[in-house]
Amino acid sequence: MARSMLVISRQAPWSGLAAREALDIALAGGAFELPLALLLLDDGVFQLSAGQRPESLEQKDLSANLKALPLFGIETIHVARDSLVQRGLDIDSLGHPIELIEESRLGDFIARFDHVVTL
Amino acid sequence: MKFTIAVFGAPHAPGTRRALRFAQAALAGGHEIVRVFLYREAVQTASANLVSPQDETDMGRAWQRFVADNQIDAVVCIAAALRRGVLDTGEAQRYQRPAANLAAGWALSGLGQLHEAAQQCDRLVCFGDQ
Repeated sequence: MARSMLVISRQAPWSGLAAREALDIALAGGAFELPLALLLLDDGVFQLSAGQRPESLEQKDLSANLKALPLFGIETIHVARDSLVQRGLDIDSLGHPIELIEESRLGDFIARFDHVVTL
Repeated sequence: MKFTIAVFGAPHAPGTRRALRFAQAALAGGHEIVRVFLYREAVQTASANLVSPQDETDMGRAWQRFVADNQIDAVVCIAAALRRGVLDTGEAQRYQRPAANLAAGWALSGLGQLHEAAQQCDRLVCFGDQ
């Protein structure tokens, strides 16, 4: 049976390449139809913010890559609820299908995977 | 046990040294290393142009020696490497850059190599960054 992988993305989208390169791991694994999930944790939840204007930072829009996840077999983005709440993000206005994970369940969720990569 | 070792930090980040010591200890303990994969800032560890002062560990050279001595499957993520100026001769020609600097023993390839190694190993151990 294929080994599963969880990619934990903890950086904001415009703090450098971390968010993009975490997402690239997920997309590459999805292309091989591997059992793979993405968890946005800490500042990583800022990747879900609506109305980002990356062009003002001369950057490309990362949310387009997030939207591509279902094409690679990753249907939902897992998100730590506390990280969202602590940063004042409105759960109802996020532009992506997400599955919230409570703080108390994070450990169990992470433990379900064979491999974990955190960026 | 079969290990895949992924390194994310810059050449002089503590995790890059720890990754090398871990890899050496794994082999010494009779374990197998499926692949070493450099990603993010770690791609610079595969630059042949790193120069360290004489009284400091040359981390690029140390990794290069480890890879050569143990015939390690040693892969550098090509997309991350191009962004950070680590090129082999093929990429230097393709993008018309004046020099190739990928150290001997390392190969540029895609993220699929990380996933493939993760499928073959018992443990994927990551060093650096978070």
